[in-house]
Amino acid sequence: MSMSSISGSAILLCIATTAIAESPGLGEPVSQSEIEQLDFVVMPDGSGLPAGSGTAMEGQALFATHCIACHGEDGTGGINDRLAGGHGSLATDAPAKTVGSYWPYATTLFDYIRRAMPYQSPGTLTPDEIYALTAYVLFINEIVDENAELDAEALPAVRMPNADGFTWDYQP
Amino acid sequence: MKTSPDDFVPAAGNGLLDRRVFLRAGAAGSLGLLAASAGAQERPAWAKLPGEGMGPAGAPSKHEAHIRRGHLSLQTGTTGSGASRTPLEFLDGIITPSRLHFERHHSGIPDIDPRLHKLVIHGLVRRPLEFDVDALVRYPAVSRIQFLECSGNSGVLTAAEPVQASCGSIHGLVSASEWGGVPLSVLLDEAGVEPRGKWLVADGADAAMMSRSVPLEKAMDDAIVALYQNGEPLRPANGYPMRLFLPGWEGNISVKWLRTIKVTDGPAMTRDETSKYSDLREDGSARLFTFPMGVKSVITSPSPGLTMRQRGVYQIAGIAWSGAGRIARVQISVDGGNSWADAALDEHVLPKCLTRFRAAWNWDGGPSVIMSRALDETGAIQPDRGSWFDGQSRGNFYHYNAVHAWQVGADGESTHVYV
Ligand code: HEC
Repeated sequence: MSMSSISGSAILLCIATTAIAESPGLGEPVSQSEIEQLDFVVMPDGSGLPAGSGTAMEGQALFATHCIACHGEDGTGGINDRLAGGHGSLATDAPAKTVGSYWPYATTLFDYIRRAMPYQSPGTLTPDEIYALTAYVLFINEIVDENAELDAEALPAVRMPNADGFTWDYQP
Repeated sequence: MKTSPDDFVPAAGNGLLDRRVFLRAGAAGSLGLLAASAGAQERPAWAKLPGEGMGPAGAPSKHEAHIRRGHLSLQTGTTGSGASRTPLEFLDGIITPSRLHFERHHSGIPDIDPRLHKLVIHGLVRRPLEFDVDALVRYPAVSRIQFLECSGNSGVLTAAEPVQASCGSIHGLVSASEWGGVPLSVLLDEAGVEPRGKWLVADGADAAMMSRSVPLEKAMDDAIVALYQNGEPLRPANGYPMRLFLPGWEGNISVKWLRTIKVTDGPAMTRDETSKYSDLREDGSARLFTFPMGVKSVITSPSPGLTMRQRGVYQIAGIAWSGAGRIARVQISVDGGNSWADAALDEHVLPKCLTRFRAAWNWDGGPSVIMSRALDETGAIQPDRGSWFDGQSRGNFYHYNAVHAWQVGADGESTHVYV
């Protein structure tokens, strides 16, 4: 073995040991109030839902202003996703997957509207308005009645028609 | 030295040759070229004057300007929700040039200032922490040369009739890159995951705040926070300045523009893991968390748009990949599946990466149906089209990985057929 290949393997050894070195520990602590600002996660048990409330009737007016252009009258579909109907269609040749026919959890609706809708101006609705819109989308799917008022307690208690329609492929 | 088609060893019906042959055929081809140009002392037009100078960044040849992402599909009424596809038929090798990596966005590409962007890890951790790019580049770096595939890739093959489109338009929601970054396990360890923490919820900084739940097991295994793609900082369309990269799993879960990771005791059941990216079955039930991408292969050449102008020896080339590991074997048929022979695999056979395969075919000029079938190191075999549909809803188009066929006509044009 020549000199150069000996020093070559010594260098390799050094690299190998630094590669498994511990984390340099550069993460900066974050305060609880900072976390609240950027935590958008709503869990199926309702954790993560903010204070506030809204009714389906309030939601109807908001829907007409902010949503109808893309999702159609009563959410039956416009240029974008149909939000209502399709009940009983999943096992047919033309399944219509909507909030009402398909979604397993009502909490997902609040989570998604708060993140992403209305499409051109996400983040502009108040928690009260999002609860109201959530109630309205559930109402047009005949899951809650028109007087339903949703808040952080009531929303996770809503049982979706297709809640039992799912199995997990991933097994923890 | 010179080989004639008569010397070729057939490996299967309709002119498929032994997998070593195309190397010899290629050599013969270039020998012919050398002989033709040896006699004359002439300069081509572009060798008569000094060429153009250097520049700050390169661009492809103007003669290759047609090599562009194809089949841009946009959700109505939006400018940024949709997909663009890698033009697989024009590419070779296993790395997708970054400018041609497929795109799938849910609310466009955010214009992120890296100095203002932070990744925050919180939830069931002992120390909630934030990291900016300057901090992350100081961590021990790793590289993953791996594919990324949208689970909707090739979904159009669930249509009753075969669509007529290019290979990239049909199968181009897959690309492969060298992804460089920091193992997510290192960052999670630094934050200190509590025993109750079993999943994490990753959010993007795009206008849709794209969000997916990831099992902690995967996060601690081979997940990275990627900062680099093919040696340069991520492209904006691929998550600049940082993204999650989860090798072998459906693309949507590798959240781009990564902003927060919340450690939780279960999945959040976000819209993009329930309403979308869940797989409906024939009986109306659906599968959640169908993460790994199945073993798959596709012939990229010949394919629609690449005309075979005369009979004789051609190279069949394609890509194969599996979310479970390495490709073990690719088989080719040029007689509609009646007989098969092994393709040669290029030297880089990496786990969860595209693998390039090739086979030599002595085309007799007649109509032929050409197909490829991949096997991975776990023993999984790419299903045929009929068995892929077993138990599937007619409405499901996610995770389509069945054997795919092109029909080469007597005119040398390829079309898409079902077998
Ligand atoms: C400019 C058009 C537009 C407007 C206005 C709009 N949306 Fe949407 N909506 C979309 C698009 C596009 C998607 C699909 C986005 C995607 O797939 O990434 C969508 C998806 C949704 C979904 C998910 C559907 C599913 O089945 O997964 C819900 C729920 C929704 N919107 C609710 C609303 C509500 C409530 C409003 C009003 C506050 C609203 N949208 C306003 C365009 C719009």
